[in-house]
Amino acid sequence: MKQVGTERVKRGMAEMQKGGVIMDVINAEQAKIAEAAGAVAVMALERVPSDIRKAGGVARMADPRIVEEVLNAVTIPVMAKARIGHIVEARVLESMGVDYIDESEVLTPADEEFHLLKSDYTVPFVCGCRDLGEAARRIGEGASMLRTKGEPGTGNIVEAVRHIRKVNSQVRRVVSMSTDELMTEAKILGAPFELLLEIKKLGRLPVVNFAAGGVATPADAALMMELGADGVFVGSGIFKSDNPEKFARAIVEATTHYQDYKLIAAISKELGTPMKGIDIATLNASERMQERGW
Amino acid sequence: MLKIGILALQGAVREHIRQIEELGCRAISVKSAEDLKELNGLVLPGGESTTMRKLLDRYELLEPIRALAAAGVPMFGTCAGLILLAKEIVGFDTPHLGVMDVVVERNSFGRQVDSFEVEMSIRGVGKDIPAVFIRAPHIVAAGENVEILAKHEERIVLAREGQFLGCSFHPELTEDLRVMKYFIEMVRENTNVLAH
Repeated sequence: MKQVGTERVKRGMAEMQKGGVIMDVINAEQAKIAEAAGAVAVMALERVPSDIRKAGGVARMADPRIVEEVLNAVTIPVMAKARIGHIVEARVLESMGVDYIDESEVLTPADEEFHLLKSDYTVPFVCGCRDLGEAARRIGEGASMLRTKGEPGTGNIVEAVRHIRKVNSQVRRVVSMSTDELMTEAKILGAPFELLLEIKKLGRLPVVNFAAGGVATPADAALMMELGADGVFVGSGIFKSDNPEKFARAIVEATTHYQDYKLIAAISKELGTPMKGIDIATLNASERMQERGW
Repeated sequence: MLKIGILALQGAVREHIRQIEELGCRAISVKSAEDLKELNGLVLPGGESTTMRKLLDRYELLEPIRALAAAGVPMFGTCAGLILLAKEIVGFDTPHLGVMDVVVERNSFGRQVDSFEVEMSIRGVGKDIPAVFIRAPHIVAAGENVEILAKHEERIVLAREGQFLGCSFHPELTEDLRVMKYFIEMVRENTNVLAH
């Protein structure tokens, strides 16, 4: 019996992306640059996060014309973002044949209480997380891939570092706990008990976990890999830099060879200026996208 | 102990390592030409073939892997790995490694929403083998020395040409070790021939 949309098929798709870089793009031209640089997938958006910050107002799913343009431009997988809890945006993207949906805090949430029941869909989902509780709740809802949230559109890696360290240290803690301690840990984390049992058994999260939110340089991407990310999302970092082609290539190489420091030095030369960064402390609580999601 | 390399530029590397080790062989991650030394076999994993190709070029791995193929070392490509092995890719002017006498078409079962799993019989391997197809390619045409081991919906999804084993799907995403075991037998036979 042939079955589509199974957990194995959806999680497996993310496994194929491991060690790779997923790049935000806003049109066919950028998508082709990303593909040529060696991106494993592109995220089709109307605006990159730093421009969403500047524009303010409500950020929604991209115009389907942009998504379609990107779908037709490249042969690598295409992802797109839907608002948290926006069932119809997600269904629309699924119907268009998008390969992965990001239920994303970068957009303005449509629901401040409930996330999507992602296990209901044939298309797989990626979701953001800042700690193991959030990660486990998203997996419980059916997310097939995770990414740490970081603080999108800032070009500042500090929040991404905080989140990947937090998630990984909490995973290590669960793995080292004895089984009779896990129910209380589940209660403390707000995580499904069964998932903690699975994490303990596997010794890791049951899905791929990328890093996102603030990657601006090849060294940032390599740092995320060093800290145990399975791969990297780069949003504003590439197309807000001086030389997107070079930047994109350099970030891909730094991700693959994240412990080859001589190589990272070589590819970081003469890259031009990375995107201008923002100090997180200057952001008001209402400007922090990472607080969205529950 | 047999040494099996896994091209580790990007993709499902960990899963292959687990299967290879469970079958009692040593798994070696290959990131540079150095790592290819003294391998008895090489696995080209699933991932994004365009990404892997870019990285193969940049780290000058294409020729050393071709040399390994010319020396008769068995190679097993799954999904993107099959695309790397093929002599011809539909819609593209040039192949990647271009060592296995098959023509492949990329993403030929559709996009991710069309990705699927199914159980199938594989000649010389067994029955009811779980096969996970993810944006999978298939073999459109095979040369005369290619043995067809499995088809799905009339499409060739697993084939062998001497030292090369090319697979559309992902045995490494399941607990079933039979396809990997088949490849390791290929490696063992080849290693024994060389020893005599």
